[in-house]
Amino acid sequence: MSSVIKPKHQRLVLVLAAIAALIAAALLAAWALRNQASYFYLPAEMVSKPPAADRAVRLGGMVEAGSLKTAPDGVTITFTVSDGTAKVPATFTGITPDLFKEGSGVVAEGHRSSDGVFVADNLLAKHDEKYVPREMRQMSTGEAHQKVEAAK
Amino acid sequence: MHGFANPARFLRLARPITAPLLLIGGALTLAVLAWGLVSAPAEQLQGETVRILFIHVPAAWLGMGGWSVIALASLSELVWRHPLAGIAARAAALPGAFFSLLCLVTGSLWGRPAWGAWWVWDGRLTSMLVLFFLYCAYIALADAAERSGQGNTRIAAIFGLVGAVNIPIIHYSVIWWNSLHQPPSIGLSALSGNSPMAPEFLYGLLAATLGFSLLFGGVVLARMRTILADQQTEARLRRRAMDYADA
Repeated sequence: MSSVIKPKHQRLVLVLAAIAALIAAALLAAWALRNQASYFYLPAEMVSKPPAADRAVRLGGMVEAGSLKTAPDGVTITFTVSDGTAKVPATFTGITPDLFKEGSGVVAEGHRSSDGVFVADNLLAKHDEKYVPREMRQMSTGEAHQKVEAAK
Repeated sequence: MHGFANPARFLRLARPITAPLLLIGGALTLAVLAWGLVSAPAEQLQGETVRILFIHVPAAWLGMGGWSVIALASLSELVWRHPLAGIAARAAALPGAFFSLLCLVTGSLWGRPAWGAWWVWDGRLTSMLVLFFLYCAYIALADAAERSGQGNTRIAAIFGLVGAVNIPIIHYSVIWWNSLHQPPSIGLSALSGNSPMAPEFLYGLLAATLGFSLLFGGVVLARMRTILADQQTEARLRRRAMDYADA
């Protein structure tokens, strides 16, 4: 018999076929999850396909520079969440995390009110992938622009 | 690879390098962590909390690396029937589970000051938690196979291979999906000197990873030797019991 396959090679082919099928299945699952597994809506998605008002959702993007304002009561803030293409006004009452500031990332948990303003119940600060020592802060004004560009 | 198939030959090699791995790895890890705690610079936005980076990131990598070891060992057990492969996979499971848990715990401690939340169900955190559960399941499965006495570890090997699907998911979770966790700071850009992570953090992180990896290797070798010694003891006791039965 010339077509004898060594058991070792048979097992290898079997295992490789199983792995290929598994990876295909995982990719399909990940692709199907591409929207559901996202942690938040971007402003562009919030504007183009707005979720029902009063449905609990998350909105993520950059706090637009110059948009952060504190109301006279001192604990209510309003700001604009932007992703470079769309902007969503948002409001929040409470204590903000340390990293929450203009020009940096934010994930707001809450709902869209009927007038289009996002009412946040909770704010999460989103850090980016940059790690810069404090001493280099002065040097990084150019990087700050870069960061806003990269976030778009 | 089959040159190491003989446990005696493997032991001759493993015995002298276990202790140096543990000692050098321990010393390097302690030195880097002490540097990270005391001398590393504070980060411009996060301030002092960034120091946990030197534990959190190596723990995450080794948690994923541990399962890669399990997957490769499972492959060589299933295909080539390598006699030490199953032992290597079992030996890597416990330190892998430990590092995954360390990653989850330090990440949680870091998340509170940086994000404002101990835990969020975003893609990265969830897939890492799944990895920890996979480790627990693998350990239970491999122990059950061992205890049944038949030494049929094939089910554990198949599970080890299937679970490897989670590793790329962990890596790409911050790229495919919007997540609260930031995208990777370390990639090919580090080679071109264009890293988003400043060199102080980058080199400290790489040194910490080397130290933790040496420790990981030392623990895996020590555990492999323990499992081999257990099996020898078991076999010897069984032989003796049979001798008594014959007498």
